[in-house]
Amino acid sequence: MTNSVTHWFRYASPQSFYPLAGRMIPLFAALAAILASAGLWIAFFVAPTDAQQGESYRIIFVHVPASWMSMFLYVVMAGWAGLGLAFNTRLSAMMAHAIAPTGAMFAFLSLWTGALWGRPTWGTYWVWDARLTSELVLFFLYLGYMALHAAIDEPRRGDRASAVLALVGVINVPIIYFSVQWWNTLHQGASVSITRAPSMATTMLMGMLVMALAFWMYSIAAALARVRAIMLEREAHMQWTHQLTETAR
Amino acid sequence: MNWASASDFFAMGGYAFYVWGSFVVTAACIAGEILFLRARRGEALRTVRAEKVRHEAAA
Repeated sequence: MTNSVTHWFRYASPQSFYPLAGRMIPLFAALAAILASAGLWIAFFVAPTDAQQGESYRIIFVHVPASWMSMFLYVVMAGWAGLGLAFNTRLSAMMAHAIAPTGAMFAFLSLWTGALWGRPTWGTYWVWDARLTSELVLFFLYLGYMALHAAIDEPRRGDRASAVLALVGVINVPIIYFSVQWWNTLHQGASVSITRAPSMATTMLMGMLVMALAFWMYSIAAALARVRAIMLEREAHMQWTHQLTETAR
Repeated sequence: MNWASASDFFAMGGYAFYVWGSFVVTAACIAGEILFLRARRGEALRTVRAEKVRHEAAA
């Protein structure tokens, strides 16, 4: 027990996590590439044309995975931010900052692909309904989190202030998820539920899940690459960064 | 197979703008993020090297 705990904390320092993250990036990037290829194949060549929406429904294969990732990454980001606030560990805050831009990108893509799907299906790019509006709020929460941290000169103070914002914003995630049940929205209900049989063809569901896994693996690779850059930026004055082979002259 | 020809595939049953507009922008965002990450790492490494020179000069 004691041994496994110390082992875990060993990686909680940037110095030990930096090389470990460097070894993990190619692995997750390769998984993302393989899964994305398989997912795109299913999305365009295996999944049949939808009886009601024709080919426009194929947007689902980026829209749903991007929306899931935008919510999931927010929770993970807030989790790291909260850990940093509670234990004051350097790595936690860096992880939270490393996730934010990727999460914001997926929130943007959720809104963008949603608009392009809404136009042919609903006849409008945008409507101020509960699902769309709460996803827009999520996008702004990511931007606010990044802007707040960037606006505070002292990084450790910025970490704490932005962590509080991230934690307060978590309330928005269940609001997005349940918005289609709580309010009368134009947006359709959940495509996948664990309590009932899926409301779609198996190949469509498969394509969506494979694409979601691809985005997930990509997000891990991107966050690890970014956290390595953040470690170098914030610890440029420390001995361990000077000893790395990549900083040798 | 869903498509009779390549042009049939690109036409997406008349929804080309919406479908490709979604997939291409997603791919562009991901490619852009990868480029930004590369640039950020290069910049961070330059910062560390500069700091190292300062440190060695002071010592």
